[in-house]
Amino acid sequence: MKQGYRTAKYPLAPPVLPDLFKGLPEIDSSRCGLDCRICVEGCALKAIERTDEQTKIDIGKCTFCGSCEKLCPLNAIHFTKQHSMAASKRENLITGHKPFSGAAKLDPRRLSMFKRSIRLRQVSAGGCNACEADVNVLNTLVFDLSRFGIQFVASPRHADGLLITGPVSKNMELALKKTYDATPSPKIVIAVGSCAISGGMFAGHDEVNKGVSEILPVDLFIPGCPPHPYTILDGILKCTGRI
Amino acid sequence: MSKNLPCLRNEQAISLKEIPVLKDIDFVNELITGMSEGLRVITYFGDRINQTEVILYAVMADDRNGLLYAVSSSVNSESFPSLAGRFPQVQLFEREIHEQTGLVPEGHPWLKPVRFQSSSIYDSFPVPPKLIGDADFFRIEGKEIHEVAVGPVHAGIIEPGHFRFQCHGENVYHLEISLGYQHRGIEKAMIGGPYPVTPLQMEAVAGDTSIGHMTAYCQIIETLTKSNITASSGQIRAIALELERCANHTGDLGALAGDVGFLPTMSYCGRIRGDFLNMTAVICGNRFGRGLVIPGGTGFGLNKKQSSELISRMEKGLDDFTSALNLLWDSPSTVNRFDSTGRISKKLAMYLGLVGPAARACGCIKDVRQDHPDGYYRFAQIPVCTYDTGDVFGRAQVRWQEVQASVEFIMQQLESEQNNRLSGKPFDTNKPLKSGALAISLVEGWRGEICHTAITDAKGHFRRYKIVDPSFHNWFGLAQALRGEQISDFPLCNKSFNLSYCGHDL
Repeated sequence: MKQGYRTAKYPLAPPVLPDLFKGLPEIDSSRCGLDCRICVEGCALKAIERTDEQTKIDIGKCTFCGSCEKLCPLNAIHFTKQHSMAASKRENLITGHKPFSGAAKLDPRRLSMFKRSIRLRQVSAGGCNACEADVNVLNTLVFDLSRFGIQFVASPRHADGLLITGPVSKNMELALKKTYDATPSPKIVIAVGSCAISGGMFAGHDEVNKGVSEILPVDLFIPGCPPHPYTILDGILKCTGRI
Repeated sequence: MSKNLPCLRNEQAISLKEIPVLKDIDFVNELITGMSEGLRVITYFGDRINQTEVILYAVMADDRNGLLYAVSSSVNSESFPSLAGRFPQVQLFEREIHEQTGLVPEGHPWLKPVRFQSSSIYDSFPVPPKLIGDADFFRIEGKEIHEVAVGPVHAGIIEPGHFRFQCHGENVYHLEISLGYQHRGIEKAMIGGPYPVTPLQMEAVAGDTSIGHMTAYCQIIETLTKSNITASSGQIRAIALELERCANHTGDLGALAGDVGFLPTMSYCGRIRGDFLNMTAVICGNRFGRGLVIPGGTGFGLNKKQSSELISRMEKGLDDFTSALNLLWDSPSTVNRFDSTGRISKKLAMYLGLVGPAARACGCIKDVRQDHPDGYYRFAQIPVCTYDTGDVFGRAQVRWQEVQASVEFIMQQLESEQNNRLSGKPFDTNKPLKSGALAISLVEGWRGEICHTAITDAKGHFRRYKIVDPSFHNWFGLAQALRGEQISDFPLCNKSFNLSYCGHDL
């Protein structure tokens, strides 16, 4: 069997995404009725807010289920094909009312160390295995993470940073903190998925925290449920200054 | 077993009044008689009514005849008789009842925590907090013995769990698995539901089994609202479930190859798994099928263009998959690693109540699609794939056969209807659920039998919702499979089962 070269041309070419892919949402608040709150009340995750005649969506809470788009009677919300959704600041994930500002490069010191080679330790802290699976797939040859100098390692001692999935269940809090402490500085922390950013669909449960930020300082937020592998890859490449 | 027990089928609901509430002795006698006659306990849980009373519910399955028997008991004391010593298939259910309701299974040989819950599912009945992982591990003492602890954080990109090995050199005498790290409190959140966030949580019970668990949940809602789904929706759901099976089995076979260092198959399967996931995304935009299955039908239809696209991708996918796996079967040194590793006998598999490919690899002919067919499987059958060695090779063989069977099934469904398949009319989410009822729904997920049971209150809300992921049955099987094995074969055995941590922990 010969499969030939299968690694995608990304980032030199746009990523190949499914036709029905739901990426960054765009909201045209000018279409919204003054007192209309259909999307606000229809969002199971309370990710949409309407203040000062502007409708905003927090993609850190959003699971991209598309209910708001279906419910809106005025076509004000639309999920685009934009896969690039990572952000360096939590507040930049609240979008729709202003242009989206994505992930920024790391500070000069860490950038100089991690730009060409970064080793990450993955910790699943209550994740459902979907984010984990889509991170794992980055190692397969279509995405081929190692060509960017990015690798996942088996021990926090060997790592430059942590990539965390899940809302951080209370039962994993100690293990996560110990892993973070065991990682030598300087280090980075990446939160992947809506659970890791805000607690996602489990926010408010006594058994979990509302995301990694409650426990550790986060350098990169990658939204989605689960984020498409290209969204994750794009986020890591942006923050390490590769694209 | 008494003939008075109410009998139901998969995807049915009965009124709680029809379920006899027996005294604890009579209740356990029904279970003993049932299990002695070859029935399987598919769900067994407690519902605490108040400070003094707990109602126990158990459902037994007669796989041969596709029937389910429900029985319940009202317990007013602090304990109930345990059956785990004689029937290990209920051991974890009894430990869970203890953890969730506080009742003590009297005589349970090993009452360990299940999830180390820090909060009770009943606000009125607090449980003392426990430190996760702090359990009485079965240990061997001796100068030459060493104890290996793995986890919770694991070396790979995988969910957390704790494994404690008692080893003498390379030989594993005993493996104990302690979970609960992924506990998110899903069952507690279901009480009083369904809530707007419930469908999202059902898809994330085990994120790689979104279609499986969501189908089970939707079937509960549909049976409690007496709704029917269209044949098209049923067909799309079946196609999605089989695609999920193909993707995960392909991934597992690749990972098994990787664990013994056979990189060609590992590399090909890593890509092919992605190809199957992208086929699910053709239907709904999400690789894991989020939003594909909804109460009342499906969230997406399947038009002619998508069907042709899927057909051509499936043909290519099967071709690639077959070539990749033949490389592995043609490599004697690789097959040698799988052969006789992590063996479980058919007798042990039945004794422990294992389900899914792990059970079928031991020769147990057990598959919900055949025994208790739900949805479209009532019209279109899929052969049950079994093997007889019960080792890693057997579990790999079952997966290999299942992918081929699933692809053939999907192709038949796609080619059978050339017109556009619609997603069905929108479901009225305000439709009330039948009150005072027990509803049960079984689905053959890719790991095995998924069982959702709902108890509704007088207002038609969930009083209690019990989710049994196939991993709940099978984790103990993995622990048994390691006895007498080399510790270096652990990744291989673990991958051959590939169980869900979050499906167990909820």
